Amino acid sequence: MTAEATAAEPTPAGGGGPDDRPMKGFLRRFVEGDLGELRVIIVLAVIWAIFQSQEDRFLSATNLTNLLLQITAIGLVSVGVVLVLLLGEIDLSVGAVSGLCAAVMAVLSVKHGWSPYLAIAAAVAVGTAIGMFHGSVFTQFGVPSFVVTLAGLLAWQGAQLEVLGTTGTINMTDPEITGLTSTFYDGATGWAIAIVGFAVYAAVSLLTWRRKVAAGLRTQPLSTLAIRLVLAAAAIVAAVAVLNDDRGVPLAALILVGFVILFQFVTTKTTFGRHIYAVGGNDEAARRAGIKVKRIRIVVFAIASSMAAVGGIMAASRLLAVNQSSGAGDFLLLAIAGPVIAGTSLFGGRGSVWTALLGALVIGSISNGMDLLALESSVKFMVTGAVLLVAVVIDALARRRRQATGRV
Amino acid sequence: MNDGAPVLTLEEVSKSFGPVQALQDVDFEVRPGEVVALVGDNGAGKSTLVKAIAGIHSIDGGRIAFEGRPVKVSTPTDAVNLGIATVYQDLALCDNLDVVENLFLGREERSVGLATITRQLDETSMERQAHELLDNLAVTITDVRSEVGTMSGGQRQQVAIARSLLGEPKVVLLDEPTAALGVRQTAQVLALIKRLRDKGHGVVVISHNLSNVFEVADRIVVLRLGRVAAVYDAKETTHEEVVGAITGASDPSTGELGPAVDEVMGAARRRDQPGEQPDGEPRERETGGTA
Repeated sequence: MTAEATAAEPTPAGGGGPDDRPMKGFLRRFVEGDLGELRVIIVLAVIWAIFQSQEDRFLSATNLTNLLLQITAIGLVSVGVVLVLLLGEIDLSVGAVSGLCAAVMAVLSVKHGWSPYLAIAAAVAVGTAIGMFHGSVFTQFGVPSFVVTLAGLLAWQGAQLEVLGTTGTINMTDPEITGLTSTFYDGATGWAIAIVGFAVYAAVSLLTWRRKVAAGLRTQPLSTLAIRLVLAAAAIVAAVAVLNDDRGVPLAALILVGFVILFQFVTTKTTFGRHIYAVGGNDEAARRAGIKVKRIRIVVFAIASSMAAVGGIMAASRLLAVNQSSGAGDFLLLAIAGPVIAGTSLFGGRGSVWTALLGALVIGSISNGMDLLALESSVKFMVTGAVLLVAVVIDALARRRRQATGRV
Repeated sequence: MNDGAPVLTLEEVSKSFGPVQALQDVDFEVRPGEVVALVGDNGAGKSTLVKAIAGIHSIDGGRIAFEGRPVKVSTPTDAVNLGIATVYQDLALCDNLDVVENLFLGREERSVGLATITRQLDETSMERQAHELLDNLAVTITDVRSEVGTMSGGQRQQVAIARSLLGEPKVVLLDEPTAALGVRQTAQVLALIKRLRDKGHGVVVISHNLSNVFEVADRIVVLRLGRVAAVYDAKETTHEEVVGAITGASDPSTGELGPAVDEVMGAARRRDQPGEQPDGEPRERETGGTA
């Protein structure tokens, strides 16, 4: 009787009292959102502490600079992979595409004497075209992206061998191309970059905060914002100080961070990025909301392959050559494992571009540290595999917890 | 209850899928400030009718008029542009997005000025409008920046309904809005439907739950085997009569299609005396709801 009375006489205010659990919602967000990235940073700190205790060269300025150079290529490829993962899809061809595009650049630059800029642009364009092809086959024929890009993995590897020709290896000597990974900004230049970077970040944060306050919306307290800015400043100062202690701020790291910031902006601040998350969360809802789902998917696959090309170019620059094994081996798997380790969900709709950088740091640190300890690559593979497995299990557990509480 | 001219009129609308006649000569109308309940057994054509109005299925025959003008509704965009909003049973919300993001999905607002170049979203404006919209509908959501996936079914349904109102539609179609909701949440959603009516929207509700239908509906349209079997004024009919029309039991020509058509509109308004129903429950709710 009482239940029926409730049903028949809805509260005029719309009720909702017991349904709203602001504290619980906040905690859940903290655990699965903010703490998610904090968790990776803690993992990274633990890894660094372990290696430092075994080998005191690990945290030296030289080694940390090397670490940054080592992760550039894979981090750039991961940026594109994150976007694909956000859609709930996967791109298994990024390794092969990075190798093929690097080969295209090498052939055009070395054998045909193209200017390095044109050769790089052509290589990226080839990547974009390949990605659009993957996306079109995936969306037009409904073939799972897994299969389309698996076919791509095989086919583009073949194309890479074809492009490289009989020699199989092309050495890169062009100073513009090799300079991508051997240019450093030391001393005052390094600090100037740091100051400009922080100033932009602080200005954007404060302006956003002020606009929200002006509109009377709920915001974080100014003290939280201040703490965040101080932490960011401290991180930037520490990084530049360490890097300046060696050769300076590497151009390669700036390129990586630049792309991460660019796509972080695209995914979180633009309509296109919002639609990527929507398609990854519920593609039917996105379609009904009038979003051109196919176009979003094709563009994302095009970006993924373009970023694979950029990563391949950086790898070629660092290796000073493109050969038949460029982009092969564990390159692809590590590029996908990185973001997943750092918290981007394989199920789509959850994650961020930052995880490309964080994941590459985690994977790169393990690899770098084990090299320093002169461990066998057998151990290296097994440890990396174990870290990936743990990360995916955490992702699956988080998903199950969300489902248990009615979130999908 | 409402004497305004119909905002949406369907005349002799037919739709078939191959050999299956899903809708046949259906007449249907909605007035501003009126809740029309569409009831019928599974396969009676309720969803097909709603999808025809929403532009998902184009009709084979018949006419659709919107605000008196004959119109063609062949795509969902046509329907939305006319001012027909649809809230589907499976809500079509993205659980990984927050309330503001869901409300503005597909019609995001961009910042002006320098940010136009970067096609940046105007989050501040969208969040402010979200607050206004939800306050206006008396929907209580503590944090519009919390993920929709964290919310109860009732809140999600209210967000879905609120979203359909952003384009200021004249007609709102709700497909099973209270299915799978608890008692309290159902009450919230029904209250919201009444507020839509009070704001002058024409509301069409599909529901299996006759108690809910009697609580909110002004008119009840019964579909059976793709035809309009009966139309009742909600205040002048009974639970049993509607059930009878749904199952065909009250129809003298049970199983036959022909005569049911004659029952359309006014002809079907019977004046059965209330008070003879054995369970009594729906009658009680009806009075409770309209009081």
